[in-house]
Amino acid sequence: MSATAFSSRSDPSSESPLVTVRGLSFRRGDRIIFQNVDLDIPRGKVTAIMGPSGAGKTTLLRLISGQIRPDAGRIEVDGVCVHELGRKDLYQLRKRMSMLFQSSALFTDLTVFENVAFPLREHTRLPENLIRTLVLMKLEAVGLRGARDLMPSELSGGMARRAALARAIALDPMMILYDEPFSGQDPITMGVLIKLIRTLNDALGLTSIIVSHDVKETASIADYLYLISDGLVVDHGAPLALESSSSAWVEQFLHALPDGPMSFHYPAPSYAEDLALREEPPRA
Amino acid sequence: MLDGLQRLGRLTLGWLNRLGRATLFLLRLLGTLGALGRRPGLIIKQLYSVGVLSLPIIAMSGLFVGMVLGLQGYANLVDFGATSSLGTVVALSLVRELGPVLAALLYAARAGSAVTAEIGLMKATEQLAAMQMMAVDPFARVFAPRFVAGFIAMPLLAGIFTAIGILGGYFVAVYQLGVDSGAFWSQMQAAVGLVDDVINGVVIKSVAFGWVANWIAVFEGYDAIPTSEGISRATTRTVVNTALVVLALDFVLTAIFFGV
Repeated sequence: MSATAFSSRSDPSSESPLVTVRGLSFRRGDRIIFQNVDLDIPRGKVTAIMGPSGAGKTTLLRLISGQIRPDAGRIEVDGVCVHELGRKDLYQLRKRMSMLFQSSALFTDLTVFENVAFPLREHTRLPENLIRTLVLMKLEAVGLRGARDLMPSELSGGMARRAALARAIALDPMMILYDEPFSGQDPITMGVLIKLIRTLNDALGLTSIIVSHDVKETASIADYLYLISDGLVVDHGAPLALESSSSAWVEQFLHALPDGPMSFHYPAPSYAEDLALREEPPRA
Repeated sequence: MLDGLQRLGRLTLGWLNRLGRATLFLLRLLGTLGALGRRPGLIIKQLYSVGVLSLPIIAMSGLFVGMVLGLQGYANLVDFGATSSLGTVVALSLVRELGPVLAALLYAARAGSAVTAEIGLMKATEQLAAMQMMAVDPFARVFAPRFVAGFIAMPLLAGIFTAIGILGGYFVAVYQLGVDSGAFWSQMQAAVGLVDDVINGVVIKSVAFGWVANWIAVFEGYDAIPTSEGISRATTRTVVNTALVVLALDFVLTAIFFGV
């Protein structure tokens, strides 16, 4: 892999998608997670990948970030095939992307300040006073400058996620992957996170990929939606366009209908068979 | 019969598979040691965690083991009128065997289990994945400093255990049982050799035990299933496997150094 592939930031004005997925197949044991999936993530936009729990949304983020390799297909980030990279090149690429984990994944032995300073200390040789300034700027952006000396165990769930977001933007990445950023958050925190994700994306010229099943919140900030289920892309388009989709599955998912193409029951043998009920022979 | 053979085969293959993964893990870990040399702060922080914090249990255990050796040795030697050799008995027992072995077992229980649990929890809470996503290699940042610090701490702890054990034996022998102080030290000095006993015993053995104890502790944490039950099992495996490997290795080293 040439060094120039990683030497510059992504060009937001470029028309080509930042992430291109073609023919992606991935299985875990006998279970098919993705089957010949194609999708494009446009640059500078907020793209949401939505689907029911267990649809493989987080797995898709892990595939895009090279944490796992696909069984078949090709995943390119900024023109570079992620799963063909060696460890060194993959780490070079990852310096330009960040991920906000569902659990926040803050380092529990470091303060909020030290957590945000961590990537700066690992990858730059900036003097300490400059690191301090940068960290305080990132913390100010997420409203946690005053919480810099707190330990992760002293933060609420929403604060932990904001601190993790400050850490995610520490190196000014070209792309942030959000794994269920709204799950388990109260309405006010959810509103704060929605505003932060949109504002940071536009102000910093990022590309954001949000994986979520919080339909209303995600659709409110996404420029483009992909709906996935059973290993396939069921539908995709702008949120307003999907609202008027004729697909029964899309209708059920977007409007949270309890019944529809998505079965309430997990696949199982017949109920009578499971309860060992015998059918009475017909009387003569 | 066939079922039993199949089960034995599966167990053996599973064990070999795990040994292979642990070896690959160790090789990758060793590959990051060069970079670690430029960041001694990471090792020093872990030295405090696995070494300094293990001192109280090592010191207390060493003291009691030495005192027991003093009592037991005296009870046997007094029948032969050889109580002046008590210093030799206490020192040789500790330097050749009990010092390195018991220090390693205590280390596995106190520091090894903590290292496994810490790494396992970092895995379960996605801290290791977050590190990798920040292009920071956990092998260089998390595993190697703990391995190296433990490897350095183990011989020092074994030395401290042995020294305090000898002092414990001395206090019991001289102040409780009335053994002559001069005889205790002079007999010990005459019988315990620097290379034959101290180097081959406490030094080489504790270096070997430190290597396996820390390899097991770090690998078990890395390999733990990231659930509360998985981490609990990994922690148990660290203590059990370290104990078994240390005792087996002790037999081999004793046969090499002290076998007739």
